[in-house]
Amino acid sequence: MAERMQFEYNVDGGNFTRAGYASSEIKKILKKLNVDLAVIKRTVVASYEGEVNIVAHAYSGTIYVDIDTERIRIRLQDEGPGIPDIDKAMEEGFSTASSQVREMGFGAGMGLPNMKKNTDRMEITSEVGKGTTVEIEIVLK
Amino acid sequence: MKVTDIVKALDLKVFSGEGGLDRDVSGGYVSDLLSDVMGNADTGQVWLTLQTHKNVMAIASLKDLAAVILVGGHKPDENTAMQSNEEDIPVLGTNLPAFDICGKLYELIYNT
Repeated sequence: MAERMQFEYNVDGGNFTRAGYASSEIKKILKKLNVDLAVIKRTVVASYEGEVNIVAHAYSGTIYVDIDTERIRIRLQDEGPGIPDIDKAMEEGFSTASSQVREMGFGAGMGLPNMKKNTDRMEITSEVGKGTTVEIEIVLK
Repeated sequence: MKVTDIVKALDLKVFSGEGGLDRDVSGGYVSDLLSDVMGNADTGQVWLTLQTHKNVMAIASLKDLAAVILVGGHKPDENTAMQSNEEDIPVLGTNLPAFDICGKLYELIYNT
């Protein structure tokens, strides 16, 4: 494979019919690259949760994917309300999702913990009123 | 065991995704919280839920699940059925509540 590949996907806030599209594309690419199945599974869980977070909470966002022979890096960057307390947001079961989003079965407060569990590195930076960026990294063996 | 074996044995309705009826079933998972399924379900499992919207199919596809069973007489949304057909992941249905169909499915998968 090429030394390094980069892709980006736009995500619309509030558009649940398209939620998962970017993660599905990422999965297809990783399969084509013959990435280890266990790595694909972890990557897909993390990217889907991040994608849904943009749809559920932000106005719009972009998912940047950067793959080389050593690791997969995904940066999920959104314009949105931001996260006032990141430690709180990381707590399992804590969610600020709307009741409408919860009725769909989202907003259980498991998204960010799922991302953390399935990645080798995760970093959240956020500015209230501006937006949030979540960077995740998965090491390829 | 194939999806089609479960359909026959448990008298399930096939709403969509007929192309995937020969998928192998490795087990089952029941939850209505999508992140729970995303985090904990495994490849080849049948997912029992009362959620009917299209995101169910996004998760079923990303997790390579064998099929979805809608419990308690629920029916898939139109775009859910459409994506089920595109992905060849069957959406099945039963009038039984989750507990009852889980019991029957467990018996079928593990004790026959």
